[in-house]
Amino acid sequence: MELLANLSLGFSIALSPYTLMLALIGCFLGTIIGALPGLGPSNGVAILIPLTFTLGLDATSALVLMTSVYYGAMYGGRISSILLNIPGDEPALLTTLDGYPMAKAGRAGDALVISGFASFVGAFLATVGLMLLAPLLARVAYLFGPSEYFALYLLAFCTLGGMASNNQAKAAIASCIGLAIAMVGVDNTSGMPRLTGGNLHLYDGIDFLVAIVGLFAVAEVFFFIESHGSKSSIGVKLEKVRIPWKDLFATRWTMLRASGVGFIAGILPGAGASLGSFLAYMSEKSIAGEKGGFGTGVAKGIAAPEAGNNAAAGGALVPMLTLGVPGSGTTAVLLALLMTLNITPGPTLFSDRPEVVWGLIAALLIANFVLLLMNVPMVKIFVRVLQVPAAILLPGVTMISFIGIYSLSGSYFDLLLMIAFGALGYVLRKLDIPTVPVILGILLGGHMEDALRRAMVISDGDATYLFSSAIAIGLWAAAIIGFVAPMFMRGLLKKPQRITD
Amino acid sequence: MASDRIFGLVMAVVALAYMASAYHIQASFLSDPVGPKAFPMIIGGVGAISAMYLVFRPDPDPEWPVLRTWVALAFAVLVLVLYAFALRPLGFLLPTALAAALLSYQISPRPKFAAITGVCLSVVLFLVFKFALGLGLVALPARFSG
Repeated sequence: MELLANLSLGFSIALSPYTLMLALIGCFLGTIIGALPGLGPSNGVAILIPLTFTLGLDATSALVLMTSVYYGAMYGGRISSILLNIPGDEPALLTTLDGYPMAKAGRAGDALVISGFASFVGAFLATVGLMLLAPLLARVAYLFGPSEYFALYLLAFCTLGGMASNNQAKAAIASCIGLAIAMVGVDNTSGMPRLTGGNLHLYDGIDFLVAIVGLFAVAEVFFFIESHGSKSSIGVKLEKVRIPWKDLFATRWTMLRASGVGFIAGILPGAGASLGSFLAYMSEKSIAGEKGGFGTGVAKGIAAPEAGNNAAAGGALVPMLTLGVPGSGTTAVLLALLMTLNITPGPTLFSDRPEVVWGLIAALLIANFVLLLMNVPMVKIFVRVLQVPAAILLPGVTMISFIGIYSLSGSYFDLLLMIAFGALGYVLRKLDIPTVPVILGILLGGHMEDALRRAMVISDGDATYLFSSAIAIGLWAAAIIGFVAPMFMRGLLKKPQRITD
Repeated sequence: MASDRIFGLVMAVVALAYMASAYHIQASFLSDPVGPKAFPMIIGGVGAISAMYLVFRPDPDPEWPVLRTWVALAFAVLVLVLYAFALRPLGFLLPTALAAALLSYQISPRPKFAAITGVCLSVVLFLVFKFALGLGLVALPARFSG
């Protein structure tokens, strides 16, 4: 059994005391990051990346730490959804629909336990799915040449633009901004500087970490200044936490189905955890029908989005690790981490660096159990954290971002760029223009251009080479469908409004 | 309506300027069939088309903040820019305390609370990053410490 051998290799790395400690720290930090409104998985991981880099962690350790934060944040997001009716992060939005009414009915503890357990089921099944599917996909990925990769990158932009935005034109603009920024700097092939405007600071290109921290973390500060921190009100009181066995048992099929739906949504490049929780909630709602009472605080309405969300988080790692194409905003940030660590994700990662991949998978399995323990018996600690006022939290986040970026290069120019990206992020989000395609553009722009140019070198400038294989044609078709189809499904995919009271 | 139109126009102009500067990229004598110009030109083109679409089919306006909030936001940006410049010559503690306090005040206008937040954040972050994580931060300007 190849799988078992790989897993034992993974566990031999993940069970070392040092790695275990990192996983513990990551889970703890992650749950806090997820729970705090204003800090989600993507900006939380983003501000931590420069720090892990300067700490000099090796690839496996850094990856274990950050993916534990990532999984942890997915768990933590539900806490403020349920207690404050404010999603701690975007994928937890759907959890407010049933979580908050249930908490208001005096069952806050039950809601937290059900959602915590559902998160565990989703994340666990998704990690198992990752374990089984990723090596298979990695084998398929060997068939990918430059023209297939070009189509795949295009697919990521198209599905992300189609799903994650309400307006395709805006998503396309966002992708173009990102790609345009990626072109700045010295051209890989010819060695000539491009689009730098003669500014020497730009010859190296714009560091994607600067852009990510600016767009995700600094922009958030501006939003809190606008709202004067009024979002940080304290909602429902949490009484004693007991385990509602009956509800857990009654929601078992919901959890399993939602995990499946979420996992598949996660694998689609560009779709991610928000779509996973959304599809899981909507499908369970239609299965339960009118009598299900979704939206009034039923157990299934809490279990479905949380299982879906966490399963999608695991699923999103599949395309990220095997193809180097992230499935969501946060996996885009994780991809940035891999690139900083000089690891090239893709099929060769599985054959050349098995210790990284399998160490990561084993660490995820362990992190999951740790997270279940942290999020069910110890949930009260994290509820305490929610009481940190925004007026302390957000300045703190900003200062950590500054230290992180400053420690990377020690240049004030990067700090100024980061502030500029923060301001850009504020304006973009105000105009309902998604910022994730910008990040994806900056991350993948160079690879996308390389793929195109290599394809043209191979074919000696014949553009039809881009459509020369079945895989490439399939990817192009999927890209076009992914971009166009959501236009006709606007009514169907309309997100339900949050309950306001 | 208007905001999307303005944004679309600005982006269209930016995209055209981008294409123009991409057109002037020097190609080296050893070039591949695509060259360094083509991909930036395509991006600029797609960007310009999408931006023009936005000009003609804008979404409803978002809720823009009132003038006072704009002033607060501009002030926050200014504080951050000054902070970026001050970090090297003035050491870590002073600029961080000041910048954190000002940001905190912008989020929740309580002067005493903001001042305490600033000082505490600055000291705690310094201790954590300098001693627990081992980053090479300088506490005070060189004149004081040396």
